[in-house]
Amino acid sequence: MSSNTPVEPRRTALDALHRSLGATMTDFAGWDMPLRYGSERDEHLAVRTRAGLFDLSHMGEITVSGPQAAALLDHALVGNIGGVKTGRARYTMICRADGGILDDLIVYRLADTAYMVVANASNAQVVLDALTERADGFDAEVRDDRDAYALLAIQGPESPGILTSLTDADLDGLKYYAGLPGTVAGVPALIARTGYTGEDGFELFVAPADAEKLWQALTDAGAAAGLAPCGLSCRDTLRLEAGMPLYGHELSTSLTPFDAGLGRVVKFEKEGDFVGREALSEAAARAESTPPRVLVGLIAEGRRVPRAGYPVVAGGKVIGEVTSGAPSPTLGRPIAMAYVDAEHSAPGTTGVGVDIRGSHEPYEVVALPFYKRQK
Amino acid sequence: MSNPQELRYSKEHEWLSGAEDGVSTVGITEHAANALGDVVYVQLPEVGAAVTAGETCGELESTKSVSDLYSPVTGEITEINQDVVDDPALVNTAPFEGGWLFKVRVTDEPKDLLSAAEYTEFSGS
Repeated sequence: MSSNTPVEPRRTALDALHRSLGATMTDFAGWDMPLRYGSERDEHLAVRTRAGLFDLSHMGEITVSGPQAAALLDHALVGNIGGVKTGRARYTMICRADGGILDDLIVYRLADTAYMVVANASNAQVVLDALTERADGFDAEVRDDRDAYALLAIQGPESPGILTSLTDADLDGLKYYAGLPGTVAGVPALIARTGYTGEDGFELFVAPADAEKLWQALTDAGAAAGLAPCGLSCRDTLRLEAGMPLYGHELSTSLTPFDAGLGRVVKFEKEGDFVGREALSEAAARAESTPPRVLVGLIAEGRRVPRAGYPVVAGGKVIGEVTSGAPSPTLGRPIAMAYVDAEHSAPGTTGVGVDIRGSHEPYEVVALPFYKRQK
Repeated sequence: MSNPQELRYSKEHEWLSGAEDGVSTVGITEHAANALGDVVYVQLPEVGAAVTAGETCGELESTKSVSDLYSPVTGEITEINQDVVDDPALVNTAPFEGGWLFKVRVTDEPKDLLSAAEYTEFSGS
């Protein structure tokens, strides 16, 4: 009756385990998720130097299958999905007819006529609804599989070694942005070499009933290598250092992929019409003639931290806006991603600052990412 | 987590030591430090500045957020902890000891500061 009735947060299959580990929990897109277990800085550094284990079960899995699954996804998304080989994955986006970004996605081709679309937790329902609507007239099924999967991620330089000890799957043959079905610690899993941390690592899609067993096996196998459980807080600083966009910060319905500097994900050359084609063609032409604001990296000279929404300033004028900011554990200084006017976007541009609650703090403009792992 | 018996506490999660020669030491509680997460930047009032009970006198920045620092009492700042400015993590690792924030010559103290037991009940920790 009342719109004020509190909605119970959703809990993942690993909820009890997180609490037994003393995690600080936080609401995230309607889910009660671990923010951190101890120090978020220690968790961040564990992923950079050893390995970290994440519960990402809040992510939204949608299965698209049937003879026209590829054709449906080519119509519904901006990428060339029919061109993805079985066993490979692709980073792509789903846009509105006006070109605005509804979500960024990873699409795994599981079989000739079966795909798994992974959406952000906050957008999972929007993506599900859009795909369902756009499936009209296609011989394909869109299935909500959010409850069918738990998702664990193991990320960091030690993660291949740890995972190898628990599986017969050919991890050496598994390329970045590829996924294959296998067994990990006796648990059937889709093993994907993907992640959101800037490190080598794997994402393991399993049945929720198997999640705790898999978590324990990974924890045991990783103990000697220094594997640490990791929460959403360090996931955010890791992805920021890696220059990866986050929906709601760098991406939104008010931006097209071209405004976000990610026009390369839009494949005009693919066959057939797709939702947003016309608007995106115009956005591409506009970006050619009048460069939109550019997503850049900013590194602080001081220690005050820029936050999303803070103005970027130069010569007494507002020239942009911070989209994400945090102290960087790897660089030891605050960093930010920001959209700035094109003429201030070149790395090394001087005189740029961030208005941090009224005081203009000097920042250095740099190319993204802030951090790139040594291969 | 235990809140030292000899300190008094504000509902904004500061602690206040007993006054030696009228000067008290102020910090934030372990409960507050845990809630903030890793503290990365501390802005403290300047020595000589006048502070007012319940009003902002600085800020504490952690990985995910920035929080105002309030003074639990009215008075004049006599010393700030340069160690915590140089190494803000002290707020997390030793909130009741090396992570103290400033010393203040107290001219007025609110009546509603809490005892350790009252603060423990108030903060649930």
